[in-house]
Amino acid sequence: MNLPVILFWFYAIVLLGAALAVVLVRNPVHAALFLVLSFFSAAALWLLLYAEFLALTLVLVYVGAVMVLFLFVVMMLDINIDRLRQGFWRNLPLGLFVGVVMAAEMITLLARGVVGGAGPAPAPGPDYSNTRALGEVIYTEYVFPFEVAAVILLVAIIAAIALTLRHRKETKYQDPAAQLSVHPRDRLKIVKLAAETTLTREEPREKGAE
Amino acid sequence: MIPVQYYLVLGALLFAISVIGIFMNRKNLIVLLMAIELMLLAVNMNFIAFSHALGDLSGQVFVFFILTVAAAESAIGLAILVALFRNLRSIHVDDLGRLKG
Repeated sequence: MNLPVILFWFYAIVLLGAALAVVLVRNPVHAALFLVLSFFSAAALWLLLYAEFLALTLVLVYVGAVMVLFLFVVMMLDINIDRLRQGFWRNLPLGLFVGVVMAAEMITLLARGVVGGAGPAPAPGPDYSNTRALGEVIYTEYVFPFEVAAVILLVAIIAAIALTLRHRKETKYQDPAAQLSVHPRDRLKIVKLAAETTLTREEPREKGAE
Repeated sequence: MIPVQYYLVLGALLFAISVIGIFMNRKNLIVLLMAIELMLLAVNMNFIAFSHALGDLSGQVFVFFILTVAAAESAIGLAILVALFRNLRSIHVDDLGRLKG
């Protein structure tokens, strides 16, 4: 039993335990933190598969951004946990039945050795860069899906901002369209006045100021 | 080395755990979103295991896209959750019957 196998078992057990805790734990904040732990374990497992770039992306994007967003929302919302936990254990038999049957089906199908008949792929050489290889594939063969992914992210940005943007009544703001559509005749009034006939003579004030 | 079947079984167990979580946390939208993230993680695990076993990088490229879409999905889902909480003062699933569907 060499080191990668020991590491695999360790991270796999931690991953499964953290995943169970995510769905079973009572406090949503604890669930989010256990989700962070399971993402970390999954990243370590991906490192064992020589997928360094994706493992680091998982930690950076998921733990760094998505889970922080989750924690922020969980802590911002004032939720009544007792009401949300109603009927929690009542759904256990059905959920357990479906989950166990699903897992048994997948395992009987997958654990037979029908895939990877040639044995596990050999470990890459010391000068192999997973990031470089992935980049070469993404920017040549998959460049169009890559652009589509960028558009999807843009759509997500606009949607998230538009959904949570709140218009306050008391906020003072400028409306450039209304400003540009103003015509002088609406604002400016030119009045003709008769010229004054009697001029009042004023003393020059420079002398007094000196 | 670790056989690819270990990773596939691990992904299957992870997927089953998240299915059980969806069944049990039916009233809690936040934990439902977390269970969906776990499901995507299980799928990604299978993709990377196959990519490693078959020596093909396309699986890892696909995981890259799944990560992108999952990040977008969770951002929009949480934005909807925040908007919902602002309007209803609750995220309980039973309170969301306004459409009377």
